[in-house]
Amino acid sequence: MDKERLERLGECLWKIPVQGAMRLPAYIFATEELVSEMDEKVYEQLSNVASLPGLVKGAMAMPDAHWGYGFPIGGVAAFDPDEGGIISVGGVGYDISCGVRTLLTGLTVDDVSPMIGPLIDRLFEHIPAGVGSEGRIRLTPERLDEVLVGGAVWAVEKGYGIQEDLEHIEENGRLPGADPGCVSDTAKKRQYRQVGTLGSGNHYLEIQVVERVFDQEKAAGFGLKEGDVVISIHCGSRALGHQIGTDYIQLLAKAANKYSIPIKERELVCAPIRSPEGERYYKAMACGVNCALANRQVLTHLVREVFSELLPRAEIRTLYDVSHNTCKIEKHLVDGKTKSLYVHRKGATRAFGPGREELPKAFRDLGQPVIIGGTMGTHSYILVGTDTGEELAWGSACHGAGRAMSRRQALKRWKGKKVIQGLAHQGILVRAASYRGAAEEAPEAYKDITKVIDATDRAGLAKKVARVRPLAVIKG
Amino acid sequence: MGMDRVGAKQVATLGTKSGYETFEHGADIGIRGYGESLEEAFSNAAMAMFSIMVSDLNSIRPERSVEIQCESFDLTGLLVAYLNQLLAESDINGLVFCRFSPQIDAERFVIRDAPKGGPIPHGGEALGVEVKGATFTLADVRKEGDRFYAQCVVDV
Repeated sequence: MDKERLERLGECLWKIPVQGAMRLPAYIFATEELVSEMDEKVYEQLSNVASLPGLVKGAMAMPDAHWGYGFPIGGVAAFDPDEGGIISVGGVGYDISCGVRTLLTGLTVDDVSPMIGPLIDRLFEHIPAGVGSEGRIRLTPERLDEVLVGGAVWAVEKGYGIQEDLEHIEENGRLPGADPGCVSDTAKKRQYRQVGTLGSGNHYLEIQVVERVFDQEKAAGFGLKEGDVVISIHCGSRALGHQIGTDYIQLLAKAANKYSIPIKERELVCAPIRSPEGERYYKAMACGVNCALANRQVLTHLVREVFSELLPRAEIRTLYDVSHNTCKIEKHLVDGKTKSLYVHRKGATRAFGPGREELPKAFRDLGQPVIIGGTMGTHSYILVGTDTGEELAWGSACHGAGRAMSRRQALKRWKGKKVIQGLAHQGILVRAASYRGAAEEAPEAYKDITKVIDATDRAGLAKKVARVRPLAVIKG
Repeated sequence: MGMDRVGAKQVATLGTKSGYETFEHGADIGIRGYGESLEEAFSNAAMAMFSIMVSDLNSIRPERSVEIQCESFDLTGLLVAYLNQLLAESDINGLVFCRFSPQIDAERFVIRDAPKGGPIPHGGEALGVEVKGATFTLADVRKEGDRFYAQCVVDV
């Protein structure tokens, strides 16, 4: 991105001034290096978001921002329903509530290392992953409605988890307002066999070791210390979320036309929050969120089953579960007044600071654990939400490293088997449903996550707590 | 990033007027079909999309067929709707489609097809990556000279 077109407000804060159709400015949180590497499309897409009605404060981009569908990936925007604010499909994304859950195991690397081979093999057998995989739970499209309303709460009621898990999930495991009547039969037919599947692409399950702690106090509060083994699950709402996005892009395109909202890009289509179309999309999107939360909950249960078989000493507890692609109704301070805003986070993680009532008691004085996944072979990070982040960006942070190289380029450069062998030499066991997938997800195809994390930390959006390193990975 | 970073690579053609290819996109992948008719371009776009999901589309036997119909407000919308409908049927029926014969009403933007395909293969060698959806990014249906092109970015 051309820095000359930006106004620099701080070390890690840049502004796109109001111009053309923009109603408010746009802000980019990144170091000079990351801004230089960002595509020009981020500039264009952020400016488009800043032109939408009812936007509050401005459009925002996180340090890992890149070209997305309508919104940039790494885009954050809050809309005020009282000011004609809108809800947008592009502001949520296709994989609704795609996110990461990290589980504590109560074990150390010394406990797990001797068993790591059998453990990852058994997990790979037990956890459905990759193209065409089906879940272990048998539902009907009708029974799926219970999942869409209940989310992880449904899963725990059915025996796939414990009550304590729910407190450690955003929205306590269930986003209210979901109405399965707003979700198409096609979406339900696609999903009912996929509950409890990992998926494909960049989704994964990793066994990780806490390699370094940056903040002892917060880490202790999160139950983390160096040498501890944790497990992270990255996946989303699978086919259902995608079908909801596809269905509502058509529906909201008509709505945007009806309400005379000028749309620069087809995937930016939107409707006023307070319109039948906008309300309908929110209710469908909430189903997508609940589907993802249920999915990660069922996967947690499958992990527990494997550990109880192979390492029964393990005590698997949910550290936290974060979502990247959401629109949520949140209370925020606007010009000294508390307002309910519709906060869109597309490829961005909620990162609430201390004191927020949404946080479970265990984290209310510390701030929210913010889990940022890397790629197989690279580190992941656990950060903590801050008060500053709330003032700057509605309590939001980055969501990952972002690709440095396209999938096609990665395929040309690497062979999946070689990538897996190379990682094995580094002591990282990979089990992949597809060799092509492993090649596309080669660690070198991604940007350096450390730069994104450092920028997030320096911008004050969230603070580093711990760094984890993968020991073994399942790729979908 | 923009069109300047979009570079096409032919993957399954012999320099004929008909074929399919994938093209660059930052985080996902672009698919493009072309041919002497609109139907051929759409059919090849579908081939390009399913070629991502398995290592060798030629190894899939066209043993089952599903009927589909969809409509949209323009040709680009129709392409995206068609590809998404194919993905939905692929998911619902556990099939990878490999033969297409769409019939397009280019005035009312309606498409009908009875794609044929076979079961999704197993194993790391045979499987590609799941395509989650066709998107409007770089989506375009156009005629250049005597060739029709149909393309978009798919989310993987």
